[in-house]
Amino acid sequence: MPASSSPKPAGAPLTGRVPRLLLVPALLGFGFLVLPLFGLLARTPWSTLGAQLFSTGVRDALLLSLATASAATVVSLVLGVPLAWLLARTEFPGRSLVRALVTVPLVLPPVVGGVALLMVWGRNGLLGRYAAEWTGYGLPFTPAGVVAAQVFVAMPFLVMSVEGALRGMDRRYEEAAATLGANRWTVFRRVTLPMVAPGILAGAVLCWSRALGEFGATIMFAGNYPGRTQTMPLAVYLEMQRSPEAAVVLSLVLLAVSVLILVVLRDHWLGAR
Amino acid sequence: MTAPVPVVDAHLVVHHPGFTVETRFQVASGHVLALLGPNGAGKSTVLRALAGLLPAQGHLRVDGVDLLSVPAERRPVGFVFQDFLLFPHLTVVENVAFGPRCQGMPARQARRLALDLLTDMGVAEYARARPRTLSGGQQQRVALARALATRPRLLLLDEPMAALDADTRMSVRAMLRCRLTAFSGATVLVTHDPLDAMVLADRVLVLEDGVSVQEGTPGDVARRPRTDYVARLVGVNLYRGRAAGTRVQLAGPHGSAVALTVASPHDGEVFAAFPPHAVALYRERPHGSPRNTWLLTVDGVERFGPHVRVRLSGAVEVNADITAAALADLSLRPGDRVWAAVKATEVECYPV
Repeated sequence: MPASSSPKPAGAPLTGRVPRLLLVPALLGFGFLVLPLFGLLARTPWSTLGAQLFSTGVRDALLLSLATASAATVVSLVLGVPLAWLLARTEFPGRSLVRALVTVPLVLPPVVGGVALLMVWGRNGLLGRYAAEWTGYGLPFTPAGVVAAQVFVAMPFLVMSVEGALRGMDRRYEEAAATLGANRWTVFRRVTLPMVAPGILAGAVLCWSRALGEFGATIMFAGNYPGRTQTMPLAVYLEMQRSPEAAVVLSLVLLAVSVLILVVLRDHWLGAR
Repeated sequence: MTAPVPVVDAHLVVHHPGFTVETRFQVASGHVLALLGPNGAGKSTVLRALAGLLPAQGHLRVDGVDLLSVPAERRPVGFVFQDFLLFPHLTVVENVAFGPRCQGMPARQARRLALDLLTDMGVAEYARARPRTLSGGQQQRVALARALATRPRLLLLDEPMAALDADTRMSVRAMLRCRLTAFSGATVLVTHDPLDAMVLADRVLVLEDGVSVQEGTPGDVARRPRTDYVARLVGVNLYRGRAAGTRVQLAGPHGSAVALTVASPHDGEVFAAFPPHAVALYRERPHGSPRNTWLLTVDGVERFGPHVRVRLSGAVEVNADITAAALADLSLRPGDRVWAAVKATEVECYPV
């Protein structure tokens, strides 16, 4: 096929064999990423799958995971979108420091996050002691604690995604709204928010999936009580010690959810182009 | 005779790093002021300062009230942006109703007002469409309707033709002419196209490098340009010299003095201008009526509309427009020597 007949020149001019030094590691890398997924599928006890899925342990863990991940996403949206707006749209001293601090949980080992949360919200924590004193309740080792741990690790994903969308938006639309008499809140509500909605959606999906998979901070801060704070990842870990088959089933559920998220995001990304 | 009451009285100073824009102008009720100038002259800066999108010093009185400290959303100003900036997530009618809604008008009433305006502009049939499905000319009408929906006293148009293709420009220009005449407030429009300024504006303010260099009616600016930029824009030959009676001594390009005879007497520093079509070219030295004649060298010949433009240099630099037939008779080629003649009565002479 002549190269000139192709409308896009990408890849056309350079022909010939792919260098082996690139091809071999590329294929190895691909295999390394994909093989475990096949392993999971190969070892799935398909005959007893239904029964395993609907056992109370699995069901409780799954429902708790879905509920806490969703709650964590809502909390992250309510707190994270305004935070992203502040970082993207306003000038204040120390803004870059604030942004750096917001991204710390992205790189922090989640277990450390769990310890840090305990130092603040634990019975003797900085704030936790007053919370316990005044209300008699505490966050640690409760479903709300699970949500708190998930928000801590997942919200930065949402903030980063939304801030990127805000920075990528053509700000002149906001100026146009201002010349039409819209104050800053109206501009945000009726112009900014709808125009960055795809970015917010992408951020929320990332945030939700990160919350769903959260392990380290959760087990440290909320413990591992079945039916109360035992989410899917914790259940997988625990089941692996008792019956690997059950762990495989739980993992399969999480894999299915991940694939579903990928499909949702891919549609979003394609739609944005 | 009383001058129309100015709706807008502005003296704006806008500081950019390394660049300051300063302008002073008034616009009367129902009048249109065109800010004309090259790219980067500061025209859009002035417009943004008028809208409150840029901080400025000086004063901006609209109907006698100073607005410089009033934020953009509370100024009685409508803005039509160069690429319209219609909200992509709202329908056409929602775009137009946006302003009235922000001013607190009930939704139903705002919608009716928007539909009325869209009907006025002849685009009511697209009310439920998304803006991006409309053509450039239709978007321009929607953008104008949206800006007018807030009943502004000052309407701002930033390069209203720039985003349109050539075919649409003519009809949009006519539409704008009609709308702006009907608009009771003041209009300021920014353009780098002298045709827009001539057709749409009552007065023209020329900005160069952040400074106003000329203000006047479009005809005045076209006949009596005061800078090389304006002269090139409106296509006239412009010279500067010292007048004594009807004789003007021009400073030639190489320091040589060239005399120019004009019809009306002046004294002191003057501009002298004449259009290219006032220049006649001869192979032999012409005789007779009082003319300015120079022996010049042909630098270039190019087609210019129905005419041919001949660029000449020598004691003075002159552009001459002649017919294709005249060109054939003269058989001019670059490097040829030719006599150029201009009648004294064709030369506009005016003080600096």
